[in-house]
Amino acid sequence: MQMSDSREVDAPREVVWAAILNPEVLKECVPGCTEMTGTPEDGFQATVVQKVGPVKATFKGNVVVSERDEPNSLKLSGEGKGGAAGFAKGGATVRLEENGAGTLLHYDVEANVGGKLAQLGSRIIDGFAKKMADQFFTRLQEAIEGPQDPEEAAETEATPGDKKKGWFKRLVT
Amino acid sequence: MPKDNGIGASTKRREDVRFLTGAGNYTDDVNVYGQAYVHFLRSDVAHGRISKIDTSAAEAMPGVVRIFTGKDFEGIGGLPCGWQVTDRHGAAMKEPGHPVLAQGKVRHVGDPIAAVVAESLAEARDAAEAIEVEIEDLPAVVDMKAALESGAAKVHDDLDDNLCYDWGFVEENKEAVDKAISEAAHVTTLELKNNRLVANPMEPRVAVGDYSAANDESTLFTTSQNPHVIRLLMGAFVLGIPEHKLRVVAPDVGGGFGTKIFHYAEEAFCTFAARQLKRAVKWTSTRSEAFMSDAHGRDHVTKIELALDADNNFTAIRTETYANMGAYLSTFAPSVPTWLHGTLMAGNYKTPLIYVNVKAVFTNTVPVDAYRGAGRPEATYQLERVIDKAARELGVDPIALRRQNFITEFPYATPVAVEYDTGDYPATMDKLEEIADIKGFAARRAESEKRGKLRGLGVNCYIEACGIAPSNLVGQLGARAGLYDAATVRVNATGSISVMVGAHSHGQGHETSFPQVVAEMLGIDESMVDIVHGDSSKIPFGMGTYGSRSIAVCGSAMVRATEKIINKAKKIAAHLLEASEADIELKDGQFSVAGTDKSVAWGDVTLAAYVPHNYPLEDIEPGLEETAFYDPANFTYPSGAYACEVELDPETGKVTIERFAAADDFGNIINPMIVSGQVHGGLAQGIGQALLEDCAYDETGQLISASYMDYAMPRADDVPFYAVDHSCQTPCTHNPLGVKGCGEAGAIGSPPSVINAVIDALHSGGHSHVTHIDMPASPSRVWAAMHG
Repeated sequence: MQMSDSREVDAPREVVWAAILNPEVLKECVPGCTEMTGTPEDGFQATVVQKVGPVKATFKGNVVVSERDEPNSLKLSGEGKGGAAGFAKGGATVRLEENGAGTLLHYDVEANVGGKLAQLGSRIIDGFAKKMADQFFTRLQEAIEGPQDPEEAAETEATPGDKKKGWFKRLVT
Repeated sequence: MPKDNGIGASTKRREDVRFLTGAGNYTDDVNVYGQAYVHFLRSDVAHGRISKIDTSAAEAMPGVVRIFTGKDFEGIGGLPCGWQVTDRHGAAMKEPGHPVLAQGKVRHVGDPIAAVVAESLAEARDAAEAIEVEIEDLPAVVDMKAALESGAAKVHDDLDDNLCYDWGFVEENKEAVDKAISEAAHVTTLELKNNRLVANPMEPRVAVGDYSAANDESTLFTTSQNPHVIRLLMGAFVLGIPEHKLRVVAPDVGGGFGTKIFHYAEEAFCTFAARQLKRAVKWTSTRSEAFMSDAHGRDHVTKIELALDADNNFTAIRTETYANMGAYLSTFAPSVPTWLHGTLMAGNYKTPLIYVNVKAVFTNTVPVDAYRGAGRPEATYQLERVIDKAARELGVDPIALRRQNFITEFPYATPVAVEYDTGDYPATMDKLEEIADIKGFAARRAESEKRGKLRGLGVNCYIEACGIAPSNLVGQLGARAGLYDAATVRVNATGSISVMVGAHSHGQGHETSFPQVVAEMLGIDESMVDIVHGDSSKIPFGMGTYGSRSIAVCGSAMVRATEKIINKAKKIAAHLLEASEADIELKDGQFSVAGTDKSVAWGDVTLAAYVPHNYPLEDIEPGLEETAFYDPANFTYPSGAYACEVELDPETGKVTIERFAAADDFGNIINPMIVSGQVHGGLAQGIGQALLEDCAYDETGQLISASYMDYAMPRADDVPFYAVDHSCQTPCTHNPLGVKGCGEAGAIGSPPSVINAVIDALHSGGHSHVTHIDMPASPSRVWAAMHG
């Protein structure tokens, strides 16, 4: 399956760029991610627990960062193996455009599944992948900007002065 | 008054008592003391090169007995193919290796890579997850035409391309057929797909391998339709076990539909592993595994052209078919699109010229082989669809066009090598028109239209070649086996009888119908006769059950053996009655001297045979047991005419089957109730194919319909109450019972009438641009066609 979308992020491109390549950020943003280690240079190792329709599994895999053109674009690609559940693999090309003081983040995602995931989950995989991508980029946006929802913001330990900043932006600014 | 015993009685199926009360003994019910459990690690990619298998971590897991990989099978035979097809140019088909466990490459999702044997199934599954396998992905070929393009990825590296064979039949007729088509007054052309199906018997496959080291004997318990065939193939070609040291048992089997004919890797593995480990090894397929390891069915893409003269007589048929073999050649796969398909292209019609071309193609999909009907449904579907299309194009009644072209004189030698012995196609069509109430259709259509629904009527005929098969003929056609069958009739001292048969019952009701034949011949009660089947150590060397052959071939062997019994029993009776053997008559279980009141009962004769105190020992041996092998002189040719009435909801495209009528000619009938049941089951599967079932792969070779959530099996509310009639009977001329076989008819004869009815409904609603919809005619396909 393939999908494309874009988001406005209220932060300069350099901040967004750094966030995408930070394993802590990735761990927070990848839905179901329980472990994320590594570096952009050597790639990341990830463990993700996800349920696709009737198939629940722990996926372990590598994410490779390539075609890095800081701070304009990069490509993320990876494959997660879920043992008896099969595998998921895919890639995302991310482009960052200046958008006033902020950034317009474009992404093109391609994803494939195999094994039991395909056999049992093919009907729902498109919707699932779209949901995963939406969640990822929403969380990324939140990590950078802070939560969109004021109630949710109140639940975090954010101080009034940091209200407009996400935890990652606080970290780097 | 209907008979209640013997041939023609609708005796209730005795085996159903145990099936319906949970007392059956299926292969999964077989447990051997000390058995270990096997779980197969299967490929989840369609095509790839295995760059690494590391089992060390898995071997250290709890409960693991041993892990096998392809390495353990180096030097051991692969799974053999039982039929060799010769192509148009005289060359043998391509026959790539079919390893028990993958060697170097995986070629379809589900291809077994490793097998973990452990103390428990859970431990085997857990350990399988710890096997490290690295597979270098290769591009997969899924679409048959794309697979034949130059530069396509090769399923088998050692072959030139993905073409298994390019078969032409009858090759000598090709030019004449081309000429007739170019000169025809009218040619109707139709391109269609015969959708890939998964047989889905209720019982998944199971194999239990056992080994007795003390006497070097192997036993395989397996879900098979033909235990002797498995013993021969596995013993002689795969594992090199002499047949006297190998026993194959197929106990109660919960449906086969063809998919349990074949010799599978899991059977060879369990037998092999039991010998290696000196303990029993058990494998039970899950439903998910069944979808990716049971041989699939159908999967043909065909272009058919029907030529007619100015008077609407059929003058020629030309077809071009692509037949999917999948990744490997399953046991009888090459025969299905060729000899079981091309020879049936004449159908019920006197078309003088026929040419059939079939290209069999390897793809990265599960192997495809026989499924209920096997080749004959594919032939029937094309032919009966193109005739319907021709009738529509010519503006003639589809029934009248069929009647006009019916074969009416028998025996009839078709232009595609077979000779029909008997049939009466106008009679079955008359019967169909009656039971389907064709006359009342217009009123029913008007009633549907009042409710905003479209109603369609579809009719088709079919012919099939059953009673498989004359050994010398199939030998010439490439079969690597004989197709006779065998029966041993063992009369016990007190007169009860055990009949050991080579046929295997997995739903057909043999345990009821076979005794009816013996009981009829001897004039005794059916309850005195039992059938023994499914155990190579108990039964004579028969070839099993498929191709609607059981009663026609094995039943004939049983008749021959029973005739021998009667001959011998008459000798004994003559001795006891002090009469001449020529004067002895057998009636109602009594041997009597013609023209006298002297008689002796069946039981007295059988007792004398085993307690031969007063017995002609100088002339005949004691005992009363006879065996016969029967090799048929020809195929049998059941035929029929079917009618389907559908209602189509133009808002949603949903099709419902409102009426279905089947008029069959099965020749003589042993048990009418069982025959009706066989037709019912076949119709459900044919309707399933036409409206619901579809085995789908995505472009990367992932199997995406591998559960009942995505693979739509027909359910009770998808099928109507059928009108089934088999009173048109033209007995087979060459077997002693005059029977033709009924097991596959429903599945062969029903898909075209369903689609014909759908097209008819659409035309009645003004959607006359729709000339064809591929199966399954799902609501989305119908709706898209309406609005396309």
